[in-house]
Amino acid sequence: MNILTVRGLDAFVGGQQILQGVTFDVAATGVTALLGRNGVGKTTTLKAVLGLVRRRGEVMLGGRRIDEERTHRIVTRGVGYVPEDREVFARLTVAENLQLAARTDRSRYAIVDQLFPELRSRARQLAGTLSGGQQQMLALARALLNDNRLLLVDEPTKGLAPRVVGEVADALAVAARQVPVLLVEQDLRVVARLAHDVVVMAEGRVVHTGRAAELLADTSLVQQLLGVHREVPAGERGSDSAPGAPGPGATSAVARSR
Amino acid sequence: MSTVVLLAMTGLGLGGLYFLVASGLSLIYGLMRVLNFAHGAFLTVGAYVGYQVGTHVGTASSWPVFALMLVVGTATAALFALLTELLLVRRLYEREIEQVLVTVGVGIGAVALVNGIWGADSLSFPAPGWMSGTTGLLGAQIPNDRLVLIATAACVLGGLLAFLRWTRHGLIIRAGVENRAMVTALGIDVRRSFTVVFVIGGALAGLGGVLAALYNGSVAPGMGDSLLIFAFIVVVIGGLGSIAGSAVAALVVALLQQFTNYYAVSGLGDFTVVLALAVVLLVRPRGLFRQTA
Repeated sequence: MNILTVRGLDAFVGGQQILQGVTFDVAATGVTALLGRNGVGKTTTLKAVLGLVRRRGEVMLGGRRIDEERTHRIVTRGVGYVPEDREVFARLTVAENLQLAARTDRSRYAIVDQLFPELRSRARQLAGTLSGGQQQMLALARALLNDNRLLLVDEPTKGLAPRVVGEVADALAVAARQVPVLLVEQDLRVVARLAHDVVVMAEGRVVHTGRAAELLADTSLVQQLLGVHREVPAGERGSDSAPGAPGPGATSAVARSR
Repeated sequence: MSTVVLLAMTGLGLGGLYFLVASGLSLIYGLMRVLNFAHGAFLTVGAYVGYQVGTHVGTASSWPVFALMLVVGTATAALFALLTELLLVRRLYEREIEQVLVTVGVGIGAVALVNGIWGADSLSFPAPGWMSGTTGLLGAQIPNDRLVLIATAACVLGGLLAFLRWTRHGLIIRAGVENRAMVTALGIDVRRSFTVVFVIGGALAGLGGVLAALYNGSVAPGMGDSLLIFAFIVVVIGGLGSIAGSAVAALVVALLQQFTNYYAVSGLGDFTVVLALAVVLLVRPRGLFRQTA
């Protein structure tokens, strides 16, 4: 059973076609990692699912077509979005950022308080004055606040210190127990820890789908598809929900994705 | 001393007028990225319809009729703005050139209509007798209508800041000024806020129109366009999307005009304002303020 089904998705940014017939599924449980080298269209794929860029093709959420709908409608159907570079509202306070994201009165502040207690103590602080790690927590909190059916999370560990990467991975592991996650991530140790399935893209197309553990165990395939060398310790293979920070040996492919 | 007080108070009155026009313009651009060249027409139409109702009702120089003119002028301009947004601007989001063209077109068309109905000559604007009197302040005799302008602008500033700070619509607007796409990605239909902002801007322009007629003592077809130029300057100096910035910039521009015209050469005030605009664009291209509320 899949929560998200994408078939033949094309997407355009600034008049240029970025995605060409992207097709993949996201399982109804756990984390599906969307991988690929820099600029292959991973971020554009998330934005196309949400309707933030011009797109055509078939996108189904829980069996229902959403590709003709506007972004706010798709989100209210239960899609949480954590964008690349956080995109918190810098001139609003932490509390106002959360208030804005809360879609109902029954929003789940308890889980946010549990995962990110620091945010409560900084409720009146302007989000723009938070550190990168704190901003990432706020971006995640905005998505976790609502009762979603799917989370789209775009490079949540980018540019963070190793300790903070661990905290973010912990939070994602907890979130993934309750809601399926489509995760764009360059840090393969985080992928190894969290993801059950992988979708690999190249040049705006999907070139590989399968189990995360199988891909990461095949170093030549990892090198071929992602352009990185990495030995994955046996203990890290497969999805994991237990806390623990990835070590300093985490391998990152190149920086920004398109 | 009394001259300085008089100049300062008349400057504050004029600044209040600039603020009423500029605040709506600033919010509309800040949230919607729409340069609304029809804003002057909202003001003109509001002033003329207010004037028409006031003179039609009877004793136009009574307080209740003046209040009615304010309400009718404000409501007319708000309705005009609503229709402009729903029928024209909404269809052209993300197409900035077309938006500019269509709002310029609405502005020209509306002013031509006003010309056709009421004629090209200015018409004397009736007001309660108290308005043409003065009140003593620190040795200066301040025209009462300037005090009304200052008080109204102060109330509007307070109301707008409270709206932006304490309501959910205000929160959405402040966030939307910063990152509109992300507001949408939180599941919020930001287009509803576009309509709200456009209507608020139109209403304030209409209110400004009736008060501008009070300030000038007459209504004229070109009144909106001449105020619009200074309103745009205020918006750019204050920072696009910033209400507090608009308030401060409106006062700076108006006081600069008043004092320069009096102490230097009459008419030099407008040039000084353009000079101030150039300096701000060179030193702080994004304006003096960036915070919405």
